Amino acid sequence: MSTESIKPTARQKPGGAVHLMLTCLCDAFYPEVGMAAVRILEHRGYKVAFEANQTCCAQPAFNHGDWAAARKVARATLKVFRDAEVLVTPSGSCAAMIRWGFPQLFRGEPELEEAKALGSRTWELMEFLALHEGLEAWPGKWEGRVVLHKSCHLRELQPHNGSDLLLASIKGLELVGPKTPEQCCGFGGTFTVSFPWTSQEMGGNKLRDLSTTGPDVIASTDMGCVMHLRGMAAKAPGVSPRLCHVAEILAESLSP
Amino acid sequence: MKQSKRVGVVDVEAIGIGKSESSRASVRSASEKKVVSRAMALEAEVENSADLRLEAAARRQHVIDHLDEYLLAAEKSMTDNGIQVHWAADQEEAQQLVVKLCHDAGVKRIAKSKSMVSEEIHLNGALEAAGMEVVETDLGEFVVQLDNDHPSHIVTPIIHKSRKDVAATFAREGISEYNEDPEALTMAARRHLRSVFMSADCGITGANFIVAETGRLVTVSNEGNLRLTSNTPRLHIAMTGIEKIVATEADLALLLKLLARSATGQSLTVYTQFLGGPRASGDPDGPDAMHVILLDNGRTNLLGGRYREMLRCIRCGACLNVCPVYRAVTGHGYGSVYPGPMGAIFSPLLGGEESRRKYAYLPKASSLCGACEEVCPVAIPIPKMLVALREESMRMHMPGPGGTPPWAPWSMLATSPGIWKVALESGRAIGWGPARIAPVAAFQRWLQHHDLPAWPRQSFRSWWKKRDAEGDS
Repeated sequence: MSTESIKPTARQKPGGAVHLMLTCLCDAFYPEVGMAAVRILEHRGYKVAFEANQTCCAQPAFNHGDWAAARKVARATLKVFRDAEVLVTPSGSCAAMIRWGFPQLFRGEPELEEAKALGSRTWELMEFLALHEGLEAWPGKWEGRVVLHKSCHLRELQPHNGSDLLLASIKGLELVGPKTPEQCCGFGGTFTVSFPWTSQEMGGNKLRDLSTTGPDVIASTDMGCVMHLRGMAAKAPGVSPRLCHVAEILAESLSP
Repeated sequence: MKQSKRVGVVDVEAIGIGKSESSRASVRSASEKKVVSRAMALEAEVENSADLRLEAAARRQHVIDHLDEYLLAAEKSMTDNGIQVHWAADQEEAQQLVVKLCHDAGVKRIAKSKSMVSEEIHLNGALEAAGMEVVETDLGEFVVQLDNDHPSHIVTPIIHKSRKDVAATFAREGISEYNEDPEALTMAARRHLRSVFMSADCGITGANFIVAETGRLVTVSNEGNLRLTSNTPRLHIAMTGIEKIVATEADLALLLKLLARSATGQSLTVYTQFLGGPRASGDPDGPDAMHVILLDNGRTNLLGGRYREMLRCIRCGACLNVCPVYRAVTGHGYGSVYPGPMGAIFSPLLGGEESRRKYAYLPKASSLCGACEEVCPVAIPIPKMLVALREESMRMHMPGPGGTPPWAPWSMLATSPGIWKVALESGRAIGWGPARIAPVAAFQRWLQHHDLPAWPRQSFRSWWKKRDAEGDS
């Protein structure tokens, strides 16, 4: 975990409310990931709450350097989740924005303490399952070979190997490892459009590495990676594995 | 790949696109090996390596935060050792200093070992313009010089070349007959360079550390050329940045351990040299005079500020080896002396206002994946520095790459939930049609190799609403 990040300390008891931060990508394009997250959290016995006024965490403008625009959106995010005791999001990237980005963005601003407090209540979904729930196994059944791409922004969160343990424990699921797990897929938000050739080269390297073990599914902890790699796979015939969020696998494994 | 250029938009990819697939493949495979050997040498073999990084970071930061005191202490210790210490504020001063020292000593031929600071101030050109012959004696730098090329890595300068490339260069230059065997190539270079060491009047080296306590210079190397460069000619000039001071020799136990393992995956480099001054009477060898040039070139501006942690850097190159952008574009793709993540920060910050503008695009040439911070032996928060530089560039209206949306409309949308929901519903209704033809060159280039995500039939929000209404939750 980056030394600059806030560690989540807020906890919730089973039966209590857990707020879902859907993320703008899932809001627009990937409802199935939000539904999977709801399924998983309910399976763990929580009551899922969804604030209808949520939009985006502010990361795109923050990463690009327009902190004035980012602060406006980040303030709205603080406001929307003011009453959320525990916030869970199926995105390492958005969790990192709150826990790593907000303290930088609000440095010297009146909202700094509130921002840090939200950070201490925000969990990434897999981190929540591994460290809040303490899970080392997942009680599902799912046939196929999966390769896991741990999205880069997980580096700004707490380290754990819960994703590997949970996937590997699913009956029928074979988990295989990439050769260069530390390598980024090349998305990087606006980076992919500002540096399309570089981003494509990175994505090609990543897809090659993830595909060598012949997986049925490439699963990631962020839909940013999936969007990027799917977008590339669509224009590069021959890439056959399904690309999805790891939450989708967990949720599907629960289905009868 | 031509595109119209708006004012203030830098088509930085033009640099990287020019590189051949063979040099990218060389960089890719060498980088993969280095990442593995670093992990073996450091994470597998050294107990508590994560704690050691933080300890090294603290010790480096302590010196940086008290650099004024440590620099004066180092100057005094070195002077006591008979070393002549010089201060250079910028590139021009540093160049002039070296040229004058060489002129005064009647130097005609210079043997040089690898020094990134000498690259930073473009020293070779200045010396040649002053009528002196400079020969690079590090094997990689020697090849770079023969090819009139530039180093593409701060530790392994010809990581972008294959042995076939080197064999062709040596054959072309008459160093040896065409032979792809690395050992034969090395022996040919050794024979050729031996006469350079024996005939040079001056040796120029860098320095990895200067110990304030004892006034000794510490250098690490693997080829032995550094020993010959610093000890054989009658004059030795060492140059390094002012941030390379360490407090005590005891600190070196930690820093040398991390440096070699992070850089090359070795537990220690083949040679670790402690240079305590010029030849004293009775010494069998060593230079008659030894000079140390301490270069600022923008480093003092970083003290006490937003980028102060960057001065911890010990130039191991681990951040380059693990960086997916570096792997994709090679060191040359950055268009600056220092490539990779550390280069994306140092390039705009060193050298003054002109560099700031010229390299404003570099901090943006990163996906902010953070692999660099994870391997940095002195735990520099590299992604934090990159976003800070982006923020400053934006406020200072620096030129940048194109293709990014305007942020004011975006922030309006994202702070108005009502409009946000309508916008998403409209997207689902209309699709991407109108957006696909947006006349933004970078976006159009992006579309050539990416498809846009499909709009879903049912949104999460409508699913949630329906579910809520049915009382399912």
